[in-house]
Amino acid sequence: MEMREKGRGDLKEAPSFHPIASSPVQIPRRAFLCTAAVFAATAFTKTAGSIAAEAHLPFIEIADGVFVRYGVQEEMSAANCGAIANIGFIVGDESVAVIDTGTTLQQGAALREAVASVTSRPVSHLIATHVHPDHCFGHAAFSDLPVHSIGHRNLPRALAERGPFYLKRLAEISPDFSDTAYVAPEETVSDTMRIDLGNRPLLLKAWPPAHTDNDLTVFDERTGLLWAADLLFAGRLPTLDGSLTGWLAALDVLLSPDVRQVVPGHGQVSDGVETLQEELAYLTRLRDGVRAAIDEGLDMSATLARLEDDNQLDWLLYDTNHGRNVVAAYTELEWE
Amino acid sequence: MPQQRKAETYCLHGITIAILAAILIIAKAPIAVANDETWQDIRASLYGSDRVIHDGEGVIKLDAPDRALDAATVPISVTAEMEQTEEHYIRAVTLVIDENPAPVVGTFHLFPGNGIANISTRVRVNAYTNIRAIAETSDGELYMAQKFVKASGGCSAPASKDHDLAMARLGKMRLKQIGAWRKGEPAEGQFMISHPNYSGMQIDQVTQLWIPARYVRSIELTLGDKPILRFEGDISMSENPMVRFFVRPDAEAELHAKVVDSDEKTFEQSWPIELDPAS
Repeated sequence: MEMREKGRGDLKEAPSFHPIASSPVQIPRRAFLCTAAVFAATAFTKTAGSIAAEAHLPFIEIADGVFVRYGVQEEMSAANCGAIANIGFIVGDESVAVIDTGTTLQQGAALREAVASVTSRPVSHLIATHVHPDHCFGHAAFSDLPVHSIGHRNLPRALAERGPFYLKRLAEISPDFSDTAYVAPEETVSDTMRIDLGNRPLLLKAWPPAHTDNDLTVFDERTGLLWAADLLFAGRLPTLDGSLTGWLAALDVLLSPDVRQVVPGHGQVSDGVETLQEELAYLTRLRDGVRAAIDEGLDMSATLARLEDDNQLDWLLYDTNHGRNVVAAYTELEWE
Repeated sequence: MPQQRKAETYCLHGITIAILAAILIIAKAPIAVANDETWQDIRASLYGSDRVIHDGEGVIKLDAPDRALDAATVPISVTAEMEQTEEHYIRAVTLVIDENPAPVVGTFHLFPGNGIANISTRVRVNAYTNIRAIAETSDGELYMAQKFVKASGGCSAPASKDHDLAMARLGKMRLKQIGAWRKGEPAEGQFMISHPNYSGMQIDQVTQLWIPARYVRSIELTLGDKPILRFEGDISMSENPMVRFFVRPDAEAELHAKVVDSDEKTFEQSWPIELDPAS
């Protein structure tokens, strides 16, 4: 507890409503409109397993010095400003680590304002959990700061290959997103890396191909909190963009005994156990269904037709993502 | 004069409809022209501007999903609606994806001895686009079928999912006989080769480090001394190129595959085919 007190020494009071809107600092109007729109969109979303109840506080302190902004459980759109992933930051005695920055420059700027609204300590580390634009395309908002920008060993390659394509997509969704840019990390993790924010060590782990081929997780030793990012999806259907068998193997060891709390890439923070079980059930069923279809000589289209309507756990966004998962699983498993 | 007023009303309706129709046509025209311009350029580069391309109905049919689920892997199939005979057959099918960076996926050269000219494969789809299949028959005529495909959503990208694996497994090949193959009857097979089929990219803007393009340039399949198909292609084919084709086996023989990629590396393998003893 003493450490906890020390860690919070110069932390300002956790904001009671909207840290951005109530911040005295001038924020760009577009960024404000964007966060306000997310607030509105979330407040009126009443789908099973959604996070509507919490969304009125965009940055919530979910553990001592750990702040999360929940993304809405939707596909990216102009209305939700692309704010669909969980992003946030961890405050140490001396500095702050930002973990993911959202889809756009505006979201990155909003995150930076949120940090400033709770502490005067500088941002020392900027961590990208993987290549997807809903997670790390707000990085440019920190470009003028002397931070350690960190990602998986494979992230620079993935950004180089996909970055321009994603930017084009974002600009199509809204002209407001067209000033967004992606920034490759300057330091990369091949296995694990330890960083310290001042009496607050974080363990970064680079995973073999799972959700993508560049997944990075962050473990906060002080609270036993694992920032799992998109290795875990809560409520919203997991999307496969790496290796299905690799992801299943990662889930076997993801929740080590010292993990007490988990931040998924999408959906509710929890102890992670049930979230992991649900994801494991879905991915296992996907693997077995696709394997059987391939063994029977079914082609990709026939496999899709057979497996398209199989939503066992009432996942959100099943219809928009399950088919794609079947395709990804098929192209992987046909080489077994 | 109620009668006259009615007539006027009709007349006004007519004018309104005409105006609305005109607005619709004007509103739609730029898009249609833009799409058509893309295609006219591709068409000119493929066939010159003077060759007539007929509607494909009765010759070929193109199947593709309405929406690409995964931008990296969109299954498409071309069904021949005419029989392959020595006198009249489809000798080539070219696939085009108008809005891709490299719009011409490639050309499949086909032969009359295999009975059925159906082909299916997988392609990358970068944007909302028309996909076209153009068949060239043995008399030199061209026939086209087309389909509009919406781009995929979410974080899908026309990119590799597991780069290291793609390079580690490069060149590995598989042949699959679909269903029972009988002597003298057209039978379906599937060929695939593990290959990144990669467009190349600049990985680091500071060091100017490039990963060079590496893609499958040709695939040649033969059964004994009979040609099955020859493909010449480009980077719009999905990673790990796959093709389903038809062949009419006369006797037990070896199916041989020869693949050459853009690094001039050649991959070759043979498989003994299994014929249903009932045949």
